[in-house]
Order: sequence, then C-alpha cells, then structure tokens
Amino acid sequence: MAEDLILNETLRGGAMWSWTLKRGTALRLTATEAGANVSALFLNADAPLERYNMPDTLKAQFIAFLTKGNALYSDMGRVLCSIIDDTCGWHDTLCGATDARLTEAKYGATTYQQQRNEMYRNGRDNFLVELGKYGLGRRDLPVPVNFFSKVIVDDDGNLRYQTGNARAGAAVELRAEMNVLVVLSNTPHPMDPSAKYAPPPVRIQIQHVAAATADDPCRRSRPENVRGFINTEILFR
Amino acid sequence: MPTLVYTESALQSRDAVHDEILPAGKGWLHPIKAGQHFRILDLEGNQAVDTLFYNAADPADRYDGINTIRAQGNIFLTTGTRLISSEGNVLLTITADTCGRHDTLGGACSAESNTVRYALEKRYMHSCRDSFLLQIAQMAHSRESLTKRDLASNINFFMNVPVTPKGELTFADGVSAPGKYVEMRAEMDVLCLISNCPQLNNPCNAYNPTPIRLLIWDPPAAG
Repeated sequence: MAEDLILNETLRGGAMWSWTLKRGTALRLTATEAGANVSALFLNADAPLERYNMPDTLKAQFIAFLTKGNALYSDMGRVLCSIIDDTCGWHDTLCGATDARLTEAKYGATTYQQQRNEMYRNGRDNFLVELGKYGLGRRDLPVPVNFFSKVIVDDDGNLRYQTGNARAGAAVELRAEMNVLVVLSNTPHPMDPSAKYAPPPVRIQIQHVAAATADDPCRRSRPENVRGFINTEILFR
Repeated sequence: MPTLVYTESALQSRDAVHDEILPAGKGWLHPIKAGQHFRILDLEGNQAVDTLFYNAADPADRYDGINTIRAQGNIFLTTGTRLISSEGNVLLTITADTCGRHDTLGGACSAESNTVRYALEKRYMHSCRDSFLLQIAQMAHSRESLTKRDLASNINFFMNVPVTPKGELTFADGVSAPGKYVEMRAEMDVLCLISNCPQLNNPCNAYNPTPIRLLIWDPPAAG
C-alpha cells in the first residue's frame, strides 16, 4: 500500500498545507496522537469561486457535523468530497478556525524573532498564506471544517466542546468528487480548553480510488446526495 | 421548547428616518451608519429574512456567523448578541427582539441548492442567492462593489433551526408571528444586504413568502 501512495507526509503541529486533490483520488488524515484538530478549506480547483458551503452541506443532509457517508457540498449544488471512511465519528462544522487574536489571548504572544518556527501559528493566517498561492484572499475564505473535533449543541443552543473525540490513530478519508483545492491548517480547535499550544502531528496520505459506484454509500445515504452526485458527475462526462 | 426571552424597543415608527415595506422575493442593499438603529419587522409571521452585513469602510470585513456564535457560545441570535465580523470587529449589537431567536446555520436558498434539497427540476425557481447577486451587481459601479466572493453564510432572521445534541439539524416550527421584530444598533458604518426569501418549497414559512418592514432611526441627539 505505502508505495502506491501518491503522497505520504506528516503535517507538523502549527503547519499549513494545500493540494489540488484530483477526482479519482482520496485524502486520508490520521491523528498520530490524541487531541488532534485539522482546520480545512475546500474549493473547486478548476473554478475556485465555487467553494464549500456550510449551510448547504448541513441543510441537504440534516446534520450539524460530518462523518462517514456524508458529502461536502459546494454553493453550486455539487459534491466537492465525500467521506468514505471515518474511525473518529464526528468532525466539527460549526466553530471555524483560530485567528491571531484568539491564539495570542489563549496561548500567549510568540514571535518568529524569539521562537523561530515554534511560534504559535493560527488557522486564519495559515489559510490566507496558502490561499494567496492561488491568487485568493480573505474574501475567498469559506467556512472551515475542523477534522477530529467535536462540539455539540444543547437544547438551548449552547455550544459544548467535547474533549477526547480523537484518539491516537483516528483517521478520516475524503474522496474527491471533483478537482478540489484542499487547504489544511494543523492548529488547535478554537474552543479547545487546553492552555498549552501543542497540536500533534497529522499524517497526510493520498491514493488513487475508484469513482463512486451506483450503490455508493455516500451517494445513497440520502436522496439529496443522489441529486448532488448527478449535479457533480455531469461535469466529468 | 426552551423559554424565549422577549425584549421590546421604545423607538416609535413615526420618528424613523427610513421606513419601507420590502415584498417577498426582493433584495435590499442599504447603508446603516454607526449609532443608527435598524429594525426588521415580520409583518405576517415566519418570514425568512436572509441578511448579510459588511464593514462599509472595508467590505472584505464582513458578518461572520461562525465568529458570532463562537463569541457568545450559542447558535441563536437574540437581544445582546454582538454580530462579529470576519476580522473580529463588532458590526452591530441586537438591542431588541420580540421573536426570541434567529438562525445562523441555514444559509440562503439558491437555484443550485434547490435542485439538491427538493428536485432537479426546481432550478428555475427564484432564490435568495439570486436576489443577493442582483443587488450587488446593481451596485457594481461603486468603488466598494461586492461580488459572489462576498456572499458569506448569512443570518436568517425569524427562522428557527435548532441542532439536537446528537448533531441533527432540524427545521423546527416557527417562533415568529405577525408584528414580531428584531432591532439592532450599528457599532460602525455598515452595508446591509437582504433577500426577503422567496422559497416556496419549505414549510418553515408555510410555503408563503410575505413582506417585511425595514426601519432606521438616527442616534438620539447629543446633550
């Protein structure tokens, strides 16, 4: 298996990453230690004005989190990626990424001058750097997904961060249903109560995968997804 | 159903500097100046008012639903909610609310999402995103012109979209009614973009989009 991988890398804590995940490939993220969080953006690599749409993803599937069998929808009624494997069970869609202000308030100020590459990087700035490489900027920031993190909503609407969601070895695999620009930031979840800035490394693996079959579980999980896949596959006929 | 808290405003419509009825299916793009109060009134009940705000001095700094709900630790908007921008600034503060809660997660309808949610042949139907796009296209001569890039996830005033502790998104019975309103004070000069939702496929508005009333008051005179 390892030699069949297109890519096999480790994303260290605090690091950013981007990749054009082509249709026919899948991205697997593995938490090497407990307590991981990967904030992630998804855009159509061929036409990045089309991007992940949090409300459309949640509304289509009547969900407020992501797991195996779910699709990540763009604003154009198409499926960017679908989740074909998940040993974690819950990925947060509601809480966004850290920014410089939040990171400094929570963990203290760091500078490159003092800390060199151990400075505390934040999700928003990481995203802006990576998006900038594609000519995109702050107006192009979609809502991020936080892989490996769990936040529930109680009956009064309060957000409750759940510790211990991602164990060491927890993995999630995303199959690209179109050519997707994926941007990752390995930075803490903004509601993680830990006072220590210590995002663990996350393994990134990309491999070739077969296209969704007629009875694919992501396609068949809801009638809405059947239509979302039709809207997407027509682009690649 | 949790108890909802209602807060009324002392402002009188006769004192408003702007008072307009916006029919269902229409868009609205309007400046609101720092210190002004802005009221959206649900004339016939359970009408979805899809709303975005922009920092008028820097429209890339825009209403950010995620920052807003995280700052208050709660997904519903009501009196006391500070509407936070993508850069972490306070755009407006909700000062009165006779409805009790407003949705931050449901976003706007669009021709494309209608094909997914309801049926492929629903593409032709009028939608909020189309109203947003027409409004911003018509302002395109201005220096601050907005484009589709700027259409972030919006507020749905008067809509009730709870999430269960199991993570299910539900479209619950409406909590609004004829005459309910929400009022907010601008903390900086903002642009407000509204689509008065034309959705005909969703029971949340009883399949019947209706007009809203939009009022603006100047800040009280100094002294």
